[in-house]
Amino acid sequence: MDPKPGAPGAEADRGTRLVVNGDPLDWFEGMTVRDVLRAKNYVFKLIIVTVNGALVPRGSYDEAPVPAGADVKVVHLISGG
Amino acid sequence: MSTTTPDYTVRTSYTDDLETMKAAHRVLLEVPFTPSEPERGYNMRSLYVDLTTLTVKEKQVTPQMKDLFVGGRGFGLWYLWNATTPTTRWNDPENEIVIAPGPIAGITQYPGTGKSLVVSISPLTDIPIDCNVGGYYGPLLKFCGFDAIEIQGKADREVVIVVDGPRGVIRIEEAPLEPPDSHVLSEIFTHMYATGPEDYRNVSVVSAGKGSDHSYIGCLNFSWWDPKRKAARLKQAGRGGVGTVFRDKRLKALVVRGPVIKADLNHVADRARIQKVGSVINKEIHDLDAQQCNMRRQGTAHLVEVMDAYDLLPVKNFQYGNHPDTKNIASWVWDKRFTQGIPDGCWYGCTMSCSKGADGHVVKTGPYKGDVVTVDGPEYENAAGLAANCGIFDPDWLLESNFYCDTYGVDTISYGTLCAFVMECWQRGILNAERTGGLDLTWGNAEAQMEMLHQMARGEGFGVIAGKGIRQMKRIFAENGWGDPKLMNDIGMEVKGLEYSQYQSKESLAQQGGYALTNKGPQHDEAWLIFMDMVNKHLPTFEDKAEALHYFPLFRTWFGLNGLCKLPWNDIEPANNAEQPEPAKVPEHVHNYCEIASGVTGIEVTKEKIIEQSEKVYNFQRVFNLRRGYGKREHDWPPYRSVGPVTVEEYESRAERYDKQMREEIGVDPEGRTTEEKIAITRKYREDRYAKLCDAVYKRRGWTTDGVPTVETLKKLGIDLPELVELVKQHGG
Repeated sequence: MDPKPGAPGAEADRGTRLVVNGDPLDWFEGMTVRDVLRAKNYVFKLIIVTVNGALVPRGSYDEAPVPAGADVKVVHLISGG
Repeated sequence: MSTTTPDYTVRTSYTDDLETMKAAHRVLLEVPFTPSEPERGYNMRSLYVDLTTLTVKEKQVTPQMKDLFVGGRGFGLWYLWNATTPTTRWNDPENEIVIAPGPIAGITQYPGTGKSLVVSISPLTDIPIDCNVGGYYGPLLKFCGFDAIEIQGKADREVVIVVDGPRGVIRIEEAPLEPPDSHVLSEIFTHMYATGPEDYRNVSVVSAGKGSDHSYIGCLNFSWWDPKRKAARLKQAGRGGVGTVFRDKRLKALVVRGPVIKADLNHVADRARIQKVGSVINKEIHDLDAQQCNMRRQGTAHLVEVMDAYDLLPVKNFQYGNHPDTKNIASWVWDKRFTQGIPDGCWYGCTMSCSKGADGHVVKTGPYKGDVVTVDGPEYENAAGLAANCGIFDPDWLLESNFYCDTYGVDTISYGTLCAFVMECWQRGILNAERTGGLDLTWGNAEAQMEMLHQMARGEGFGVIAGKGIRQMKRIFAENGWGDPKLMNDIGMEVKGLEYSQYQSKESLAQQGGYALTNKGPQHDEAWLIFMDMVNKHLPTFEDKAEALHYFPLFRTWFGLNGLCKLPWNDIEPANNAEQPEPAKVPEHVHNYCEIASGVTGIEVTKEKIIEQSEKVYNFQRVFNLRRGYGKREHDWPPYRSVGPVTVEEYESRAERYDKQMREEIGVDPEGRTTEEKIAITRKYREDRYAKLCDAVYKRRGWTTDGVPTVETLKKLGIDLPELVELVKQHGG
């Protein structure tokens, strides 16, 4: 399958960014919360995601869009021990 | 590794000679007692045993003890304080082992409510150690009529202390023939002291093993009967050498036989109140665990690949945080290897059921070679410490080391960390075959790791030196002129004499404090703040970190006062947790704990009271350390390996990260500088920040800049007992 436009390996929209937990991340058209988690290698399951302050339900990461310039917070809870 | 699940009922039996062993027992003391059941969580009495004089007596639990120390770890520390002097050593007769379950322990309506707390003066640290352990011993002891057992003195022969509740008898028996290793001993004594198979589940055995005889890292195994497997399973009071103290007292085992467990042996104040929150969390676990941590299938082993992904898995003595071969020891391996569908709760009613077991392991080495055993675990700490941290990424060898550490009574965490240390010493030429007696401690050499453990159990060779722990090894190696003391101090992962547990803290200043600012030494059960700090960036200032290092250690201390497991607090999360304020605290579960504590004791417990109760005990323990010549700023200083990169290869492996910090935070351009220069600049910056963290934490905790609780703090907490006040005054508090 071809990568989404702007995804790693594609050419477009390299200059547009978003912010994840205070750090910049390249944005691409059609980016979802799942894409953000994948890009950051956030594999932990006990997380809370907000996009521009709005809570994203846990079951909708695959579809939830992330707009250009978004402020994404991925709050990792505590586990183990 | 086999790809098929072994028959979980097949294992080697050790009861063939049971009658011979039993016949060799000689009763040294038999004392009748009146069994009782707790009322609102308390019996208001404890059991004192002196092994030197072979005396047993009951002690009253006073209202003041309840008020100031609650139970569990609090009772243990209070008894230990009164039993010892500032100069009591771990192997002096007056040192005690205290086991106390806490008032909530023993309820069956809420998960994780069967814990015992073990307190003693540690051979590793020379200060009090506390361990939180599952298994049935503590609850059954309570249901016989005692809120704690306090063991002092030393026997002149191998003994077992038996508390038989249904018969109302306490016996000290000479037990000369049984091997001390826990997987054998737990099975033998369960069969020996139960009245029959239906009674096995009412018996619990506490034991150590041969490894505890010859090392300072001995642990205690607390048994619980697994009726499905028809096996005595084990949970460990792991840290600080409590097994070493146990064997030094020539204790072969503690055995308790309690009444048949029923739903309300704690005789709680308001059972409906407990059931109400219990049914809610049990539904959460049923509905949500598979989507969250999968504790019911994988236990804490679910964390292996998570830690690897965040560069937090200790690899090769905490040099690195991930490894391509982590996949070989990751959760999906254990999901297949653990027998599924069996209730694996280490206490009745625990629906989290995370005490996973790997059945059918055929032992490869040592005295049990060829035997078929059930391995209790591996949990995350074992996988990270015994495997990844030593460069061993083989699940079968991990099962082997996990099994032998447990049955020998050796703490898997300390053993994993000290193995990693000696392997790095080998890498850097501090150790060689001549110095280790031929052990080739190359990274990844699982057979050498096992042989060192067997040596420890036999009391032979380099294994005995390793078993003294990292602090003593550093001293011995330096005295022998084998290596640079400064380098060994940097890479030897211990604080206060206790080996680190298995998380990389280099990129989280808060977690550096979470480890090194602990009372007992670097164990993650006080505070695990890495995600909050490093990933979420929720703790940007020193004051934010200090607040977290105030709240979380106190909140988690409370589990140890009450006989609770931490895991149902935040390894399962309510569906609406994300919508709550401060979700990292899991507010609904905090509310649940208030409900069950109030429901058990009849005393209203609020979230503020939780912190207040813990703060008394936490500060008392700090003063206890002070009394023993520790407990000050100098004792809270971490090894640099836990703070930043020690070596050139470490720096260069994460050069982008460190160069970025240098450029953006330190304000120094890394261009054109040698790696050695950059290491020095980074070190100064990070150590300065750690010092500032100490300042902020001490201030938040109400301590002086030297880390001493002030008189005002003791007064505020209501623990201004004259001898405590005098002590802190002597140290500027």
